[in-house]
Amino acid sequence: MLDKLLSPETIEETLRIVQNEFPLAIWETLYVTVIATALAIVIGLPLGVLLVAGEKNGVLPLPRPVMQVLNVVINLLRSVPFLILMIMVFPLARLIVGTAVGTVASIVPLVIAAFPFVARLVESSLREVNPNIIEMAQSMGASPFQIIMKVMIPESVPSLLSNFTIAITTILGYSAMSGIIGGGGLGKIAINYGYYRYMYLVMLLAVILLIVLVQIFQSVGTRLSVKSDKRLKGK
Amino acid sequence: MIEIRNLSKEFQTADGTVEALKNVNLTIQDGDIYGIIGMSGAGKSTLVRCINMLERPTEGQVLIDGQDIGALSTSELRKVRREITMIFQGFNLLMQRTCLKNICFPLELAGVNKADAKKRAMELLEVVGLPDKANAYPAQLSGGQQQRIAIARALATDPKVLLCDEATSALDPKTTHSILELIRDINHRLGISVIMITHQMSVVEEICSRVAILDEGHVVEEGLVSEIFSSPKSKAAKRLVFPEGAEEILLETKGERRIRVVFSGAVASREPLIAKMAMEEHIAASILGASTRSIGDKAYGNMLLGINGDDDTVQRAMNYLRSIPDVLVEEVTDNA
Ligand SMILES: Nc1ncnc2c1ncn2[C@@H]1O[C@H](COP(=O)(O)OP(=O)(O)OP(=O)(O)O)[C@@H](O)[C@H]1O
Ligand SMILES: [Mg+2]
Repeated sequence: MLDKLLSPETIEETLRIVQNEFPLAIWETLYVTVIATALAIVIGLPLGVLLVAGEKNGVLPLPRPVMQVLNVVINLLRSVPFLILMIMVFPLARLIVGTAVGTVASIVPLVIAAFPFVARLVESSLREVNPNIIEMAQSMGASPFQIIMKVMIPESVPSLLSNFTIAITTILGYSAMSGIIGGGGLGKIAINYGYYRYMYLVMLLAVILLIVLVQIFQSVGTRLSVKSDKRLKGK
Repeated sequence: MIEIRNLSKEFQTADGTVEALKNVNLTIQDGDIYGIIGMSGAGKSTLVRCINMLERPTEGQVLIDGQDIGALSTSELRKVRREITMIFQGFNLLMQRTCLKNICFPLELAGVNKADAKKRAMELLEVVGLPDKANAYPAQLSGGQQQRIAIARALATDPKVLLCDEATSALDPKTTHSILELIRDINHRLGISVIMITHQMSVVEEICSRVAILDEGHVVEEGLVSEIFSSPKSKAAKRLVFPEGAEEILLETKGERRIRVVFSGAVASREPLIAKMAMEEHIAASILGASTRSIGDKAYGNMLLGINGDDDTVQRAMNYLRSIPDVLVEEVTDNA
């Protein structure tokens, strides 16, 4: 088996695939991941803010039913396994991007799976903000909107950055999974060659590339988060 | 002028109703430095938070220059809050903003344009003595410096009243002293009324003109600091005025006169002072109780002396002690 895996023909074939298909696959993976993360943040950030600010003792208390609906929807979306969610949103994807399969179409389920996750991450970041600081802002006459925009979000930037890093690495993993049902990128290559055509070497390389991408995102994210944090002394 | 009228505050908790304030009545004149002192849980923070309506009173009113601020709309209240600013025990600076930007914060809230806000913030940095910290972040500052920035921020909107909730409790005696000096200076120069919430008697003695003693939600005593500290009437007041354990000693020492000595940075440690008084004035004083601390060569805290002698002796002793800078002296009478 090993000699077949590493035979000159296999290696030659693998190199050919790497040369011809990997650049596009890497690009697709990055493109899908970044766009999906950005959209998930665009939707998840305000929802996360509402989860904290809308509480009974929050800066912008919302009616209880509103909060309940918000929580239930987020929990519901988060409890559906991604693979099933993808199949479930086929009709929606067709509606939004005109097709249910393909690289662009795979962004739709990714965003739907990720925004509730991002909302929860944002929620946990915002809860770390010292309530005394919020009280200080109130004592100076800040409106709820000002408290959100000038206190809660800016004060939790380092924590938000580190949570967004978790989000983007998770979404990268999901985007690979979307290769199974027609999404593009490294996931598709791993499945097509590794699962359907038994070209394990190609699959292995695709997986290694995914790991490298996760590492890059993680270390860049951590660095940004640490760098943005003015609480750390000696800077 | 701030008038607190029949103010009560109840909290509903799982274990029932907590009455944090019970029918509090106080009047604070413009330009005063007014102390509100009490033990932990007495209701001090609740009272100060009612003054700017961070906490809504269950009953009663807070009038600022005759205006009932409990009756204001939300947006009117926000405007009033620019005139009654607050500093806190924990400083509560925005940790992700520079000192300059922290001071600009209330101005941003008020819609002042960036250039004007920056100019004002630079002026205030001068006022609090930290002009070189404009671009430093709070985490790079000491506690005392952070409180100075917080004071500058509280002054940005030209308030009429500065509320201080345990503003010096997190600081060492020497830093406390310098912050109190700054607050007094601000009070003198800018005519801002100050309400000082504290559990430290030395703070009240050092800068307040009047004081209210809060005990379990009640104001048990109110008046001039010199009067309250020289003849405390209520039990709560006595507990605060006399150094720990002195209350019992007091009961036993009939016939002896008592003098309270307060050190706020005096260059003296207590033994030489008493010894020197004995040598130079030939007055023997016993230390009935003391809670003083020396930081460097400076003393902070207070001491209760017992002197056996006539009016003249006591007067001479007081004059002698008064001649030392940064020492306050009062005779204590027990006319309860
Ligand atoms: N939000 C709240 N809910 C319930 N009880 C409260 C609340 N805030 C204060 N209390 C209660 O009211 C009483 C007075 O509290 P407050 O914080 O005003 O005391 P304090 O004099 O400031 O004490 P400290 O010196 O410890 O700060 C306490 O018994 C406290 O438990
Ligand atoms: Mg308190």
